[in-house]
Amino acid sequence: MSAQEVPQGRLHTPFYSRIAALDTLNAWHTWKGYTVPDALYCADTEYFAIRNSTAVFDLSPMTKYRITGPDSLVYIDRLVTRDMSKIKPGRVAYAVWCNDQGQVIDDGTIFHLREGEYRLCSQERHCAWLMDAAIGLDVSVVDETADVAALAVQGPTSFAILSRMGIEGLGELKPFGLMHVDFDGFELTVSRTGFTGDLGYELWTDPENAETLWDYLFAAGEITGIRAIGTDALELARIEAGYIMAYIDFLPAHATVRTGRTRSPLELGLDWLVDFKKPNFNGRRALAEEKRSGSTWRLVKLDIEGNKPANHAYIFADQKGKKNIGFVTSAAWSPVCKQNIALGTVRMPHGAPGSQLWVEVFYQREMHWSRVMARAEVVDKPFWFPKRRGLTPPELV
Amino acid sequence: MTDRYDAIVIGAGHNGLVCSALLAKAGKKVLVLEANEQVGGAAITREFADGFSVSACAHLLYQLQPKVRKELGLSPKLAGDAMQTVALSLDGQHVRYSGDTVSGVADDDVRSYRQFHRQMVRFADLLNTYLNTAPPRLGTREFSDLAKLGRLGFDLRRLGRDEMRTFLRLIGINIHDEVTERFDSPLLRGALSLDAVLGTHLGPRSPNTIMTYLYRLAGGHGRLSTPPGGMGSLAEELAQAARGAGATIRTGMPVRRIVVENGRVAGVETTGGERFDSLTVVSNADPKRTIMELVGTRHVETGFTRRINNIRMRGNAAKLHLALDGLPAIGGLAKTEFGERLVIAPDEHYVERAFNPAKYGESSPEPVIEMTFPSFRDPALATTGKHVMSCVVQYAPYELKGGWTDAARQAFIKACIDTIGRYAPDIESRIVASELLTPADIERQFHITGGHWHHGELALDQFMFVRPVCGAAQYRMPLDGLYLCGAGTHPGGGISGAAGRNAAKFILREQSA
Repeated sequence: MSAQEVPQGRLHTPFYSRIAALDTLNAWHTWKGYTVPDALYCADTEYFAIRNSTAVFDLSPMTKYRITGPDSLVYIDRLVTRDMSKIKPGRVAYAVWCNDQGQVIDDGTIFHLREGEYRLCSQERHCAWLMDAAIGLDVSVVDETADVAALAVQGPTSFAILSRMGIEGLGELKPFGLMHVDFDGFELTVSRTGFTGDLGYELWTDPENAETLWDYLFAAGEITGIRAIGTDALELARIEAGYIMAYIDFLPAHATVRTGRTRSPLELGLDWLVDFKKPNFNGRRALAEEKRSGSTWRLVKLDIEGNKPANHAYIFADQKGKKNIGFVTSAAWSPVCKQNIALGTVRMPHGAPGSQLWVEVFYQREMHWSRVMARAEVVDKPFWFPKRRGLTPPELV
Repeated sequence: MTDRYDAIVIGAGHNGLVCSALLAKAGKKVLVLEANEQVGGAAITREFADGFSVSACAHLLYQLQPKVRKELGLSPKLAGDAMQTVALSLDGQHVRYSGDTVSGVADDDVRSYRQFHRQMVRFADLLNTYLNTAPPRLGTREFSDLAKLGRLGFDLRRLGRDEMRTFLRLIGINIHDEVTERFDSPLLRGALSLDAVLGTHLGPRSPNTIMTYLYRLAGGHGRLSTPPGGMGSLAEELAQAARGAGATIRTGMPVRRIVVENGRVAGVETTGGERFDSLTVVSNADPKRTIMELVGTRHVETGFTRRINNIRMRGNAAKLHLALDGLPAIGGLAKTEFGERLVIAPDEHYVERAFNPAKYGESSPEPVIEMTFPSFRDPALATTGKHVMSCVVQYAPYELKGGWTDAARQAFIKACIDTIGRYAPDIESRIVASELLTPADIERQFHITGGHWHHGELALDQFMFVRPVCGAAQYRMPLDGLYLCGAGTHPGGGISGAAGRNAAKFILREQSA
């Protein structure tokens, strides 16, 4: 066995030196073992960078697996619920994967980097499950989390800045597309993906090129404004985009103990990701049965009256609060939508799009607590979905 | 060539034959495909040396379910029945037991043994009720599952408070604790320990060896018999029953894969490239071979794959066949007693010590041995005046450190013959030919993963609701059209036919619904 040095303690991402230099708050936390900032300057300002200019987020701690081998497509296709044969090289797919009971283990993105070569990115680590899924297949699964440096470059001016930085052909890159470019002598992979629901890109490269990349990026962004951001700003942006988060909006199946605490993709509003035309995938039998007999839960997007965020609120079918049907999992006042928004879980058959529910909001003013029963409308579309997000080529602003 | 059948049974082992006979009796068009040239799987008789034949794998019958006999109209002729077990002693003071009686031990032990046997039989009978039906599923709301579970609880309670507590205490513990507590005679302790661990990767001190003992008693209360002409005659009788009911049996037809189309079973393909169509495929092969090799993990889900992959099934029992030019001399053993079952397990520690090396991938230097002389009761098995000796020897790990090389095999044969030689000094001079089947050989010749007789260790975590794996204990696999009917399913191994019968009943009930 070859001896491999295992890093100890809280780790630094490949961009740490640059982030630390910009940091003013000294507010850090751990993300999968790495030191990352809550915010560097002010979470609100950072949030507005996402929506109004360009924000840069270090997503290197994101769990990444490289999946290769003759059976890689068979492997991925059986792992996730959607039809991966439709995802050609150069494309990225948002996907969800389940256990045999059809309960969600996690969601994430799968990058078809080159023919038969995939990268799976997720919030949680899944080594054991991914190795089990490889039994009997000719496939290699390698955790490459530490071997790839990654930056999210998000916001209305991100296309302009990256073009200025010298990435050629970026204009043709469609949403959920990816390309490999030679940049300053090293390989850079660019994907039009992100977690903000806005125009944006993600850059992937070898950690040794990380600081060079950062410096080029910030030099190119200097004249129009570019800002490194922490996780707080991103959290608000992802709620506006209607993206769900493990451990917040659902619990990974492998992390639950009690029965009934897991969720199926159908219950998370991800039925569009479940392709029953595929003859086999993990959870297919259970999900087909659920489709026949009906789901227990439904994930809802709520537009709530008033301006008090409905964090941790119960959801009721009636204004009097007699019929408790669920609870809010994520909530925020959305500055860009000027809406009081939330994601929540309700029991079926409640929560059909367009229906009206009631949310019990508690809020504190000078120590004293108050309560308001706020009307909430179930909406179908993401709260924030700007036209620029889908435009190819994006506008040069 | 394609031909459509109502059901294709892969493997003509005894369970496969029972299953196909019952399916055919119910009017199904059944095709049985057997890889070997002979039907019977591990229940066959074959010539291992010129003029010497033997039951190649299983050699004693003690579990054949009465319901199987009755439903198939079998009239088993027996060469030997109600055989005694003779626990050999070096000084010739052997201990003999059969049913609830034992001789050659002190009066206290005679009484204790009677009590022990009766209690064990009572528990085994409780178990036996559930061996003849598909186990209930846990966590469902279906009436049949709930009713079965309710009945199990009721039957347990009906034992009486003290007996129920004893049962629940015993079911998970080891045979060593129980025999040392009950008996003084080392020979009796040793022989009962051997009974409990035969065919397993367990020693007398391993947990749940009481359960394996009870399993042995279920069905026939441990009554030992042998069919004339060896196990092969039983297999032939089963095959006739199947053919008589209309099933087609084709031998020498190894199945290469189970064909899966559009997420369901569509038939099978043989190594010769022949394809047979059927929407129902019943595999008598072990669960690992069926799923991992014949189906392929790509056609089933990951959690199920992991469970199947983790089934413990490393065989540890070898079969040794000796062709003898005459009966050996064993001190203290009457001539007539060569027709009985002889065991070498002088005490419970001996059995545990034999198991020790097996934990580390080594074979026992002093193995425990179960011996029979089938030709004694059934002279047709050997040339006149000569004899066949059939031994189950433990422990011979499937994954022997360094592999089963010629040297390793010779060393193990020598260890066996030396051990037997202590009781029968002239054995070596009487050997004309010998054959050793290690678990690796059993795997190769009988297509059982790990060479494990029971198609998976018999243990509480691989029993009833969770055999072969949890969520798939009712013969139906999580792939439409695929069923198992072998020893890897409930209730397990041994020549009982229960798995095959339960599977057939389950399939018929499901398909008529």
